[in-house]
Amino acid sequence: MSDALVVEGVSKSFGRHEVLRGIDLSVAEHEVVALIGASGSGKSTLLRCINLLEPIDGGRIFLSGEEITRRRDVNDVRRRIGIVFQSFNLFPHMSVLRNVTLAPRDVLGLSRRDADERATALLERFGLAEKRNEYPDRLSGGQQQRVAIVRALAMQPELMLFDEVTSALDPELVAEVLNVIGELAAGGMTMVIATHEMSFARDIADQVCFLDDGRILEQGKPQEIFTSPREPRTQQFLQRIIEAKRL
Amino acid sequence: MAGEGDRRAGLEVGRRSRLLDELRSGGDGRRSVAVALVSTVVFFAIVFFAITHAPGWPQVRSQFFNWHEFKSTFPEIARAFVVNIKIFSIAEVFILVFALFLAVLRSLPGPVFFPLRALAIVYADIFRGIPTILVIAMLGFGAPALGLSYLPKSVIFWGIVSLVLIYSAYVSEVYRAGIESIHPSQEAAARSLGLSRWQTLRRVILPQAVRRVVPPLLNDFIGLQKDTALVGTLGAIEAFQQSQIDTNATFNFTAYLSAALLFVAITIPLARFTDWLIARDRRQRQSGGATL
Repeated sequence: MSDALVVEGVSKSFGRHEVLRGIDLSVAEHEVVALIGASGSGKSTLLRCINLLEPIDGGRIFLSGEEITRRRDVNDVRRRIGIVFQSFNLFPHMSVLRNVTLAPRDVLGLSRRDADERATALLERFGLAEKRNEYPDRLSGGQQQRVAIVRALAMQPELMLFDEVTSALDPELVAEVLNVIGELAAGGMTMVIATHEMSFARDIADQVCFLDDGRILEQGKPQEIFTSPREPRTQQFLQRIIEAKRL
Repeated sequence: MAGEGDRRAGLEVGRRSRLLDELRSGGDGRRSVAVALVSTVVFFAIVFFAITHAPGWPQVRSQFFNWHEFKSTFPEIARAFVVNIKIFSIAEVFILVFALFLAVLRSLPGPVFFPLRALAIVYADIFRGIPTILVIAMLGFGAPALGLSYLPKSVIFWGIVSLVLIYSAYVSEVYRAGIESIHPSQEAAARSLGLSRWQTLRRVILPQAVRRVVPPLLNDFIGLQKDTALVGTLGAIEAFQQSQIDTNATFNFTAYLSAALLFVAITIPLARFTDWLIARDRRQRQSGGATL
């Protein structure tokens, strides 16, 4: 069995504040892992550490069996991992098409034509073809987030990371973004998804990790975690989610 | 009725030049234009009357507003003004490039680049601290005196160098403010796609930063255009120096007026253009778009 991603004892502090305290996680190829847990439990930091946006203080991370935490060329690692952020972070001075083709052209060295072709195909696939020449501020939040996903996909990454990608969206726009992620899962994309959408996590994930205070407190199949959580902290967390009618 | 007019006047604010806005602001369009017109006419009539009835007016008129002198000096000064135009057009290009370089130096992260950052800071501090006329005097008289054969001796050259050195210090601060106004999430997004630090700067940060600082940049260039007159102190025959020559020859100050008119003829359009850009920027931000 081949692991697309292995996280081994990763720790990270911001000053005195320990955000990650020894995270171990394996993600098999084509597997979808959902990270759940309260705000501040370390989900986002873990994702940012995996694509080396944050340097880690301890532990190791392997991408397709190769250690990436000791490599010097972070750009080469990042082009293989796509990440989508909560706040979209599209480039406001570029059209949708340029947003998507920037990295393929500048990083992968694709010709303008090839990059445009690749981008257009992806935009079409996710129903954004007619928006290709629009600027981000003319799009709805849901459309922007879908463009951000397409932008990451255009690099043909081995692994996709999603950092609470629906948290900044109006409720009625959440579904269109989740559908895109669902489609990617169906297509066999390896993904790590930090999310507050519990029913989505339950439906899409092969594995659910409950993070609490920088540790993976509980880990297992969605049925196990959502129906019979072992840890009191997990039970407590899910109880609050149910009370908030999010599950 | 009045409400309707109000709204229309409000909508038009920002679409016209600032002068027209000034006229239209406050209340019913046609009436406020009329009031503004009358009050302007009355105001200038009073000023005109006060000046022309001052005891020293005949003297001042022949010394400062002498039509005959104006006609005879203006062409010469206009020709000399070409030198000013040359100075600031050349200086502007170098300032834009050099200042951007300084700003980029200053925004380099990490302890490795500390010396470069420090250098950029010291540079900005020094050249913003010394009066322009002193830098021009020191370089303009000092550099040619070194007698180095490979350095140009032209005072205009050294005037341009001085202006580039000084204005780059100011303009680099403007650029830097622009760079720092770009949210770090933009950098994170670019880096996460595999773009290098340099690619991120060039493709994502700078294009947005420069757009944001166009109005303050133009503001600095209005200052630069005026300061070209200081190069005249080195003996370059530009508009100010030429008008001084004329004044000394005739003991009549009308030549200064000619020079002043020439400066105003280029700085005022630029100032209005800057206002227009700022207004457009504000409008776009209000309508939700952050880009220019």
